[in-house]
Amino acid sequence: MICSQSHESWNDLPGGFHPASTPDYLPLPQLRDLQLRRLQATVRRAYDHVELFRTRMRERGITADDVRGLEDVARLPFMDKLDLRDTYPFGLFASPMSEIVRLHASSGTTGKPIVVAYTSEDLHVWASVMVRTFAACGLHRGDIVQNAYGYGLFTGGLGAHYGAEALGATVIPISGGNSARQIMVMKDFGVTAICSTPSYFLHLIEQAESMGMPLRDLPLRAGIFGAEPWTEAMRQRIEDAAGIKAYDIYGLSEIIGPGVASACCAQHGLHIFEDHFLPEIVDPVTGQVRPDGTAGELVLTTLSKRAMPIIRYRTHDITSIVTEPCPCGRTIRRIHRIGHRTDDMLIIRGVNVFPSQIEEALLAVEGTLPHYQIILTREKGLDQMEVQVEVTSEVFSDKIRSLENLQNALSHSIERTLNIRARVRLVEPQTIERSAGKAKRVIDKRELS
Amino acid sequence: MKLHQLSLFLENKPRQLRVPSKVLAAAGVDILTLALADTQQFGILRLIVQDWEKARQVLEQAGCVVNVTEVVAIEVPDRPGGLDQILAVVEEADLNIEYMYSFTFHRGDRAILVIRFEDGDAAIAALQANGINVIESVELFKQAKA
Repeated sequence: MICSQSHESWNDLPGGFHPASTPDYLPLPQLRDLQLRRLQATVRRAYDHVELFRTRMRERGITADDVRGLEDVARLPFMDKLDLRDTYPFGLFASPMSEIVRLHASSGTTGKPIVVAYTSEDLHVWASVMVRTFAACGLHRGDIVQNAYGYGLFTGGLGAHYGAEALGATVIPISGGNSARQIMVMKDFGVTAICSTPSYFLHLIEQAESMGMPLRDLPLRAGIFGAEPWTEAMRQRIEDAAGIKAYDIYGLSEIIGPGVASACCAQHGLHIFEDHFLPEIVDPVTGQVRPDGTAGELVLTTLSKRAMPIIRYRTHDITSIVTEPCPCGRTIRRIHRIGHRTDDMLIIRGVNVFPSQIEEALLAVEGTLPHYQIILTREKGLDQMEVQVEVTSEVFSDKIRSLENLQNALSHSIERTLNIRARVRLVEPQTIERSAGKAKRVIDKRELS
Repeated sequence: MKLHQLSLFLENKPRQLRVPSKVLAAAGVDILTLALADTQQFGILRLIVQDWEKARQVLEQAGCVVNVTEVVAIEVPDRPGGLDQILAVVEEADLNIEYMYSFTFHRGDRAILVIRFEDGDAAIAALQANGINVIESVELFKQAKA
């Protein structure tokens, strides 16, 4: 096990959590058996208590008793975000309000927000999967964790908070924003790990530089980053720039929040905590299940959620399930990093483009440049893509020719990757808007009918 | 021998120049000379200042991207043929000029050329071998100006 070195320290910590005691390492037959029993109970619960689910099951002529093996999950109806909107606010709850102890909601940028609910058992499961997340990222009792995910209706803040506390780490509930204070706290409190979105952490790297205390000089050693898609190239850039290990985590409020899947020390894919969340990969168009190793849309079924069981949820995230066992020794399966979502695909002059492809093309050019924004306009009926990239001191030269060469190199790299031309525009540092949460990568000014 | 020149990246749009100018004014940095190169999308402001290290520090703190380059400043007679005399030496020595800018003084009969050579050391050697006065420090630069 390549993680064994970091495991040794667990034994020295009285009361410390030992990751090998978790279901991460269950023998597969035992894991599959546990999943089946939980799936059957979840389907039964949803059938008995959630009208929308019961109606759809009846339309298909099946009942909860028809789930006899794990493969029968494919017979169940899908759910997606629209179902959560349509039943707003409480229509999918399977528990009476007297058993529900927490509500969260999505930001609701388009129309009504979606609401998710937790019983106290659900909160316990949530904390336990976040403990396993942090443990997989090498954190333990004694770590000082700066939690820069937003606190509030967003699940990121409280999800990471209770997980880190349950792990036994020291939590700083600083939430997002106020970057100068983030850096001050990080330095003065001797922070060893941070939770945030990758784009916000990039902003903190710059902030620290400008305050004359580069992050690589601080004790910070790990970043637990999630809540937005990012690329492997960006992850490595963050590791180099801040002198830390950067870990990718995955989750969504509809399923539980953060804690659905996490990278481990092997840094190759994210382990799904599949004793609680059953993954499938389906064809995004037909909904047909695809075998492990094939790319498609990730579909998740909660196996232990009580307040709000979610069955076959269409995540719109594109990934595939890794077929090889992980060198870290965990038996739970991995998904590949989420590069893009079916719904952040842009269609530019008829070509399908994902923002992550542009990020990769930019990072392929030496010395560049993680801050970028894509601006789409339509001129005389033709789509135009402008990619604004911030100039940094590493790439800035006093010669116009060098800057023009840089512009051309970036623009060629995009054209090579996407087969469409983009205008690259170099802009001054700090001119692309920073957010404390998810980065806004695309501004679409085309008027699409 | 070579002078430190600060270069700043600026987007080509109104008010951009004011940012570094304000920062340097507030820090009390004396600008000796400057040149602004522009393209359609961006510009490069090149500055020679009294205290380049302080200037760089305050500009970077203000969020500017600053690059420090070494340039050669030479004194030329301010009369017809003054420039050509220098360029003859440059041609003879086969030196490559990246860019240059120049200015004259309100009084006196000399002008100063600031040149970014591809190979600054070779340029200085060739110019001095031909009796051309290479300005050695910002202080001398200032005296020449006065």
